[in-house]
Amino acid sequence: METRDISTQPVILKETNTDFEVRSLDTICINESHIQHPWWYSLKYLVAGLLFGIVLVKSQVISWFRIQEMFRLQSFHMYGVIGSAVVTGIISIWLIKKFKVKTIYGEPIELHPKQFNKGQIYGGLLFGAGWALTGACPGPLYALIGTGATVIIVTLLSAIAGTWVYGRLREKLPH
Amino acid sequence: MMLFLEWIKQPWPWYVAGPLIGLTVPLLLIIGNKSFGISSSLRHVCAACFAGNIPFFKYNWKKETWNLFFAGGVLLGGAIAAIWLSNAQPVVVNPKLVNELQRYGVHNYSNLVPVDLFNWPSLLTLRGLILMVAGGFLVGFGTRYAGGCTSGHAIMGLSNLQWPSLIATCCFMIGGFITANLILPVVLQL
Repeated sequence: METRDISTQPVILKETNTDFEVRSLDTICINESHIQHPWWYSLKYLVAGLLFGIVLVKSQVISWFRIQEMFRLQSFHMYGVIGSAVVTGIISIWLIKKFKVKTIYGEPIELHPKQFNKGQIYGGLLFGAGWALTGACPGPLYALIGTGATVIIVTLLSAIAGTWVYGRLREKLPH
Repeated sequence: MMLFLEWIKQPWPWYVAGPLIGLTVPLLLIIGNKSFGISSSLRHVCAACFAGNIPFFKYNWKKETWNLFFAGGVLLGGAIAAIWLSNAQPVVVNPKLVNELQRYGVHNYSNLVPVDLFNWPSLLTLRGLILMVAGGFLVGFGTRYAGGCTSGHAIMGLSNLQWPSLIATCCFMIGGFITANLILPVVLQL
């Protein structure tokens, strides 16, 4: 595991290695763009998030009730949503690779493989438990607050605390 | 036009919502080479506000602010959908679930969140504390331990045919099945 190597290395490498770790263990949602833009370029992600949030609410996938149905095999709805989303994603990425689609700024699109570590098992099980209790994963937490369920702010803060505690204990946890 | 507005205000079927969610993957890649995922926003908040001396939070979070914009957008989208794109109909669920939840005093289906369980006064009860606070903690801790959530692993990872994401997704489901069927009934009785 990278973390152990870090402690034996000089300070400057520490930072570089942590940035490397953002990618190696946690390749999720990483900015692959090498172009620097002013902050207002990021407003397009606000719009993308806005559309995504509308779909989350309108499909009711952020409803605690729908999550309970899913985990009791009482409805096909959630499986249909996630399944068709994955199929759409697979076809999209296949097309992007096949036609070497570029970004709107002309950069080649970069996709990084994810590496296996035991965290995906332990962390996955723990997150599954949290998903069943709160009826929400991180995206829905934001969307639910938007719908006016203000008490979910507490759940979001607790999720941030959970992330922080993971970061704090990380080197002691099996990966 | 009126008919379209009527239709859009109803809950959307899975075959409309699923592909739209899936299209978020190429959308983010094409508008800026970004891999879809939301749980990382929680990490960026930690890195920006409470990094301390923890190596896991020492990275250039400013490069990832796009993710915070995206998360903010999801919140706004939730508000827009709730204010302008909703009819006031209750959530329709399987009658078996309605029967089960009745036993725990859950009768109100008017919101996506069961207001009988998730409300400010309940925070002071053990049941509310487990559902809202402990549940939230597990979401934050578990997603980061797993290296992603439903969006990062189940949707983005599977779309890119990554087998570690398949393992993570299976574990999300196993953890959820065990908790919803064995642990949640005990919590709801509290």
